[in-house]
Parts: sequence; structure tokens; C-alpha cells
Amino acid sequence: MDYNKILSDKIKNIKPSGIRKFFDIAAQTEGVISLGVGEPDFPTPWSVRKVAIDTIERKRTVYTANPGLIELRKTICDRLDKKMGLKYDTDEVIVTVGGSEAIDLAIRAIIDPGDEVLVVEPSFVCYAPITELSGGVVVPLETSADTDFKLTAETLRSKITDKTKMLILPYPNNPTGGIMTKEELMPIAEVLRDTNIVVLSDEIYSELTYGGETHTSIAQLDGMKERTIIVNGFSKAYAMTGWRLGYVTGPKPIIEQMLKLHQYAIMSSPTISQYAGIEAIKHCDEEITKMVKEYDARRRLIVKEFNRMGLTCFEPKGAFYVFPCIKSTGLSSEEFCARLVEEYKVAIVPGNAFGNSGEGYVRVSYAYSINHILEALKRIEAFLKSLENGK
Amino acid sequence: METLLKLLKQNSRLSNAQLAAMTGTTENEVAAKIEELENSGIIKGYSVILDEDKADKDVVTAIIELKVTPQADVGFDEISRKIVAYEEVTSLTLMSGGYDLAVTVTCADLKEVALFVSQKLSAIEGILSTTTHFILKRYKEKGFLISEGETDEREFVSP
Repeated sequence: MDYNKILSDKIKNIKPSGIRKFFDIAAQTEGVISLGVGEPDFPTPWSVRKVAIDTIERKRTVYTANPGLIELRKTICDRLDKKMGLKYDTDEVIVTVGGSEAIDLAIRAIIDPGDEVLVVEPSFVCYAPITELSGGVVVPLETSADTDFKLTAETLRSKITDKTKMLILPYPNNPTGGIMTKEELMPIAEVLRDTNIVVLSDEIYSELTYGGETHTSIAQLDGMKERTIIVNGFSKAYAMTGWRLGYVTGPKPIIEQMLKLHQYAIMSSPTISQYAGIEAIKHCDEEITKMVKEYDARRRLIVKEFNRMGLTCFEPKGAFYVFPCIKSTGLSSEEFCARLVEEYKVAIVPGNAFGNSGEGYVRVSYAYSINHILEALKRIEAFLKSLENGK
Repeated sequence: METLLKLLKQNSRLSNAQLAAMTGTTENEVAAKIEELENSGIIKGYSVILDEDKADKDVVTAIIELKVTPQADVGFDEISRKIVAYEEVTSLTLMSGGYDLAVTVTCADLKEVALFVSQKLSAIEGILSTTTHFILKRYKEKGFLISEGETDEREFVSP
């Protein structure tokens, strides 16, 4: 059978994830230690695990309503109100299979062939392929270390055309760790307010901010809630990656259409995870505080050490990544990462995997213990010394 | 200070510069804090966590439960003072529950432990009974995993 003929051109044209390639090398090399993964190293809080066990014991193992358990949606609405003063009805929320599904639903609900989607880069790798599957055209909005990888109104304005349908705003940002404060979001909102552009605000790292910063959603700004879809979830905040639980909120007409997709493709999100999610939101704020404190110490350490080694690293205020510049080595991001994993056995991810503007940078995760981080940094320093001596 | 101690417990070889970065203070402040902790006796010393089996195969560690008669005025302190004087004793704690003192001893072999119990411990007045438990395998010590156990189960996933 000629599979090449039967497979969809759209799917064949999607590039495999740039992260994948390095993880394959890392997985095949003996003795590799990683600062590569994008998930917390903490266990899910015990009370959440306990609720899941109870849920199974009580035989609550059937489907839930398509948009999710009403109690969970209420809990999510209360949370958004309490944290950010955002008021949503329970029928403006869909509980999804992770933030990833929420992103998929949002893009597919909005984008027709030929529509342009503005994607802040560097950013998480899924926005472009999903857009392309809908026939949309990705227009990168490149950010740089000069502005701490924040989106500026000038960049945004320069890329808007009459085909622009959506802006994807991923802050706190993976891979850079950059955030956008309320003051920095205001000029962005100003540009968008009189347009028909929908903002897809990917706020999956919203609980993980440092240095006195707290997260602001663009939906909080005047006139923005009606044009914003918020994606969030449990993976990063509550160390619940494997539970596959996220949610999306937005204007009802949009959510209604997204719900059709969700019910045909997914039915309903995992029931056990949904019960666990209620517990997480209701009772795990202290756990979040503890994790954030621990991430913060590692973040400070790793930023300092990279700067000391001569890899300039701006201070990231969110997520659990740092994004040091490796241009001083004269290597490309991919060369740097390939040689580092082969010669000094540390796996990190090249910045260009997250868009062209990530070239010259590498993504380093600090979702690891301090002693693990120190060992990896020691190897990276030895690698840098070897590069210097080789010059 | 709480954070500083927590970090030192995880790794007491962190430099003052690293500790300063992590706690958001200066190197001088860290140095002063540590000196204060040392002088006030909160920090008693710095040690190393070993996988004894790998480091030295000829070591036997035992935990000995002691029941003792507390003495008037001094309680358990006097008898404890005598026990800690032996260099084989690596730790001594007063316990609640079924026995009074837990003595940890590290010796070259079984025979030495036996001699320690029969000659040194039993010579101390006020000890009513001893129960000796030999440590067979260590899994975790001071928060560090000793045997290969827990590994990072996070898989390389993309995106």
C-alpha cells in the first residue's frame, strides 16, 4: 500500500516537534542528565491523589456531562472571580483534556482557511501546526531579549492585516519565562479593542510567577473579556500533568461552538481527574505557595550561575524555564545542544525549536532538585571551558 | 533563616554566593547568618552522606534499644553522658514508647558490636535491658536516597 498517497497532505506537511529530536538523542545516550522536561518534579498534592482514589472506590467511573462536572466548572468560575475578578457563567467553561485540547478547540473554532493567526514567538510548539490544520496562516510576532521577550504594541500593530483573526498570547511564557504585567498588556489591549481579533490567552503557567509579580490576564482589561479566550489547567500549578486536565473560558457564542468539537472528539474529560481537580482548586493553595518558593530559589540560582559562566540570561519572572543566550559561543542553538548532550551529557532544548526568534538561545528547565541542577551546571561549565580552549 | 537552613540541609557545600542568590540576599549577609547559626550552636557541624556499603564494605551498623532506670535529679542525662562517650556511638536519642534510649553504633564487624553491648553498655549502671537490631540495608538517609530506588519517571515528551 502506498501510504504516502493515502495520508492527508495537511498532516504530512506538519513538521515534527523540534523538542522531540533532542529527546530522542538524550534517551539513547547513556548517563545523560536532563534539564529538558516541561513538567513539575513535585508529586501531585496528596489530598488530590486521595480524592482520586476515593472516586474510584465510589465507582464514580462513568462519563461526566460534556463540558465537565458542574461542581468543577463552578469551582473554576469562583477561582477566576477570586483571583482576577473575572466573572464567567458555568456554561462559559469547558473542562478539557489538558490545556492542549483547549488550544486545539479554540483555534479550530475560530480559524477558516486563509485566516491569519498572530503567534508570539518564541513560544510553545503546538500553535502553528494546529493553525495549519485549519488552513490558517501563522504570522510570527518575534520578541527578543531586549524587551525580556514581551510583546510590544508596535510589533503587534505592524503585523495586523484585514485577514488577522486571532492573537495567541502565551504568558507566562514557555520557553523564555517572560511575563507581561498589567501595564505592559494595556497598550496591547489598546491596539485590539476596536478590532475583531480574538485573543487566545494561554495562561497555563499563571500560578508560577516570581519576584513579587502576580499574573494578570488580558481579559481583565477594559473591553477585553468579550474578545478573549482563556486557556488554563492543572498540570503546571498543581503538578498534575499526567491527569490531563485543563479548561477554557470565553464568550458564550465561542464556547458553544467549541463544545461541539469537544463532545464529538472527546465526549468528556477524565472523570476521576475532574473530581481531583475540584480538590486541587479548593484546598491546594498552600501547596502552590510551597512549590513556587522552591522554584524561586532554583530560578535565582540558575540565572546567577548562567550569567557567571558568561551565558547572558535575563531574569525570567514566570513558568519554570530560563532562556540563556549562547551566541557568545559562536554555535547555533542546535549545535550547542547536540554537542552538549553528546560530549557532556546534559539534555536541554535549542531555542529555535520554539520559533526562529529563539535562535541563539537554549531552554533550560529548573523543574529539578537543586543538587541535580548543580551537577548539570557543572557539566555545562566544563563544556563552555572546552569550547574556549578549542578556540 | 529557615530557607537558609533548608538549603544547607539539601547541600551544605553550596557557596555563599549561591546561597545569596537563592535567598535574595548578599554574600556578606549569608556569611554573617551562617556564623551566627554556628556560634549559637544551631549548626553543629557539616558532614557527608555516604552509601556505606559502597564506601566501606566492612562496616556494621546496629540500633540498640535500651531500657534504663532514670536517676533522681538528672533523669536520663547522666547515663546518656556515659553512652555518648564511646566512639562507636554515632547517635543517641531519648525515645517515647516501649523503650527509653536508642543507640546507633557503627563497628567493623558483628563481633565488635557484640563486644560493645556485652562489655561496654552492660557495664553502665542503670541499664535494665538491651535489644540489638542490625541494619541490613539503607534506603534513605537525611532526605537522600541511598539505594537505587526512586528514579525520575518523567518521560521525554513533546511538545
